[in-house]
Amino acid sequence: MSQNSQTPRGEMVKIMLNGAEVQADPYWSLLEVIQFYGIDIPTLCHDEGLTPYGVCRLCVVEIGSGDKTKLVASCMHPVWEGLEVRTHSNRVIKTRKTILELLIARCPSSKKLQDMAALLELKEVRFEPLNDDCILCGLCVRMCEEQMVAKAIGFAGRGTDRYITTPFDMNSEECRKCGACMYICPVCELRCQGPQADTVLCSGCINTEPVCAPDYGDAMCFMVPCLSCVKGPEDVK
Amino acid sequence: MKVTSVNELEAIRSEILAGKDQDKPCIAVCGGPGCLANQCLEVRDAFVNEIAAKGLTDKVDVRTTGCHGFCECGPIALIYPQEIFYQGLSIDDIPEIIEETIINNKTVDRLLYTDDEAGQLVETEGEVPFYKQQMRLILGNNSKIDPHSIEDYIAIGGYSALAKVLGGMQPMDVVDEIKNSGIRGRGGGGFPTGRKWESTRNAEGDIKYVICNADEGDPGAFMDRSILEGNPHSVLEGMIIGAYAIGSNEGYVYVRNEYPLALKNINLAIKQAREAGLLGDNILGSGFNFDLKVNRGGGAFVCGESTALMASLEGKPGEPRAKYIHTSDKGLWDRPSNLNNVETWANIPLIINNGADWYSAIGTESSKGTKVFSLVGKINNTGLVEVPMGMTLREIIFDIGGGIPDNKAFKAVQTGGPSGGCIPESLIDLPVDYDRLTEVGSMMGSGGMIVMDEDTCMVDVARYFINFLMEESCGKCVPCREGLLRMGEILTDITEGRGRMEDLDLIQDLSEVLRDASLCGLGQTAPNPVMSTLKYFRNEYEAHIKDHKCPAGVCTELITYSIDAGNCTGCGLCLKKCPAEAITGETKQPHVLDAGKCIKCGICYDVCKFDAVRKE
Repeated sequence: MSQNSQTPRGEMVKIMLNGAEVQADPYWSLLEVIQFYGIDIPTLCHDEGLTPYGVCRLCVVEIGSGDKTKLVASCMHPVWEGLEVRTHSNRVIKTRKTILELLIARCPSSKKLQDMAALLELKEVRFEPLNDDCILCGLCVRMCEEQMVAKAIGFAGRGTDRYITTPFDMNSEECRKCGACMYICPVCELRCQGPQADTVLCSGCINTEPVCAPDYGDAMCFMVPCLSCVKGPEDVK
Repeated sequence: MKVTSVNELEAIRSEILAGKDQDKPCIAVCGGPGCLANQCLEVRDAFVNEIAAKGLTDKVDVRTTGCHGFCECGPIALIYPQEIFYQGLSIDDIPEIIEETIINNKTVDRLLYTDDEAGQLVETEGEVPFYKQQMRLILGNNSKIDPHSIEDYIAIGGYSALAKVLGGMQPMDVVDEIKNSGIRGRGGGGFPTGRKWESTRNAEGDIKYVICNADEGDPGAFMDRSILEGNPHSVLEGMIIGAYAIGSNEGYVYVRNEYPLALKNINLAIKQAREAGLLGDNILGSGFNFDLKVNRGGGAFVCGESTALMASLEGKPGEPRAKYIHTSDKGLWDRPSNLNNVETWANIPLIINNGADWYSAIGTESSKGTKVFSLVGKINNTGLVEVPMGMTLREIIFDIGGGIPDNKAFKAVQTGGPSGGCIPESLIDLPVDYDRLTEVGSMMGSGGMIVMDEDTCMVDVARYFINFLMEESCGKCVPCREGLLRMGEILTDITEGRGRMEDLDLIQDLSEVLRDASLCGLGQTAPNPVMSTLKYFRNEYEAHIKDHKCPAGVCTELITYSIDAGNCTGCGLCLKKCPAEAITGETKQPHVLDAGKCIKCGICYDVCKFDAVRKE
């Protein structure tokens, strides 16, 4: 899916993106198409230079029409003629929020997660915070393998016991201590000490004006940050 | 034996049949997992020794077979040719059977099955109510053959479907036949098998794979195990036919390592089939080549998921990947791959031999054929049952299963393994097929059926299955890893009396996110036990939360034991048995239970003969 630069371009296909018919390169992933048209959707385990992994599920979008819609991870999903996509339906927003809630409960110190929470207008975290320092997004593992060609770290364990480590939990000779894993990690940074640093959600520095998507659906403008041109659904005619 | 053409196979079959005396007595001892645990091998040895002692070795055959299905009554033996059904055998019974049945041609009445309803003894297997209403197309052959003998399989018509296919059917004809039969995958998803074959056949690529999924991991399920152990050649035959139809020359059988007998039998069957020229190059002189490898699973439940299984076959960790590009296009090593479950493969020879019309006449509108269920839990006749699709739950549980033990009331049945839903009593007349089960919030799954009686706490059941799935989740995607952990926490809180009403909304939300956003089938179906119990047994959740009571008296944190002074005779039994010394009292005086010391083990409740211990 990210091999499009080597693949000769085929014909473009038409897809319905939030109600608008747009052209898309069939070699792109759905996420690439969505981003190409300037629509901002949250991603966490995705990075342009790495193979899509599809595990954080924050980039979910709703595809299909009528009763037969389903949520898919757009970073892994291919594009085909006639595909109908909604990036900000109520179902999508609700799912993204709950997933983010789970992630923040795991790792409340991450500024990246906190900023995302502010953008998605997450109001509360209903789970006990675990104050962990890893959300298992796998960015470091892929960075180490694909860009640094070292394969010095990987996953171990299963389910809730999953963790990232060096082979046999020992110091690895493969590791050149290049620091790429730390560079790409979205959580191993100091938490920004906002005004409410003691709570699970900080809602500090990011502009949290209302995102109008759930109310306006296909009619929304997708400006980021939201310029709050309207106050409520009754303002849109 | 090397078979080089279709005609030669028929000649060999005639030869085997001619060498067999149909009237020669044969004792078929069930060697399925349930009977093995009940010392059936000792019973088998006792038969062999007794026959030798009577000098009958040449006149009587003894055969150790695969599972007969009626595990409750094991060890079981069938005496051919009369098909006399003896159950609950021990080695002491053997001399009498040989003396009476084999020599004097009389039945040993005390070893026969008693039909309680009709109040009489039944002689043959077919008359036993457990078997009478079944349609044993797949399992029925288990008792007729020795799984270690390819000759036995050929004698009952084995490999005739393969001969028919290689003797004149085009691959597309085979695909069409399977499509027309309407068979759907028996592993869980219920995807139409013919369509899967067609798309793999049409996929681009020189090398294609067929895979048999025998990584059966559901608690209480042993359908696939019994087929592989009891009739491995039927699976092989199905796979060879499938490979021919799809255009594949290489296949894999992925068997979980916890099934040593299944591994042994399938490996032996492959070896025999290779020697017979039914696997390898130029099968039956048709020019078609196909061979199989067996791969042992490493003990991960999630490897039953097709993409995780393929990752495991590739030598990678058993983790699923997104299936937006189907495995029929890019599966094992990114090549077109067709994966079917053991039971699906075992159905293929039947369809080819009898035709799609015959097969599609069995079952319901959307689900064809028979389905094997493992009927376990609070049920009288534990075992494997095979019934046509569309039979109601009531018929399966009460007519075949014999109802609930100790005259307890039926409460729910959980179908489809750990990620199936619990179906309440009000829906017991539901016909069992793929779509009807999905409609009520459960699923066919691979065919587990766990029956629960009135003493089962549904919140505790949901907690158990969620914890099982949490431990078995691979942990790759966030909703499944984090969501199941949180769901488990909430359910544990509820069963321990710390639940809040808003928790019910929270687990509902979490359930929807898991269903919608998880990467693979494990996470997508994981909320079923919670959603179905919330839907049908919400009052139990509320009783736990609002009243801090467990209506079924299961959740130990929420029950208290006390002694009813009116009923207590002061016999002292509970006092003697209590491990926590929580009961005090003088002999023949009402005893007292100190709730502070009580560890709620329930021993006093179980031992009291006077109904004096109260559980609330």
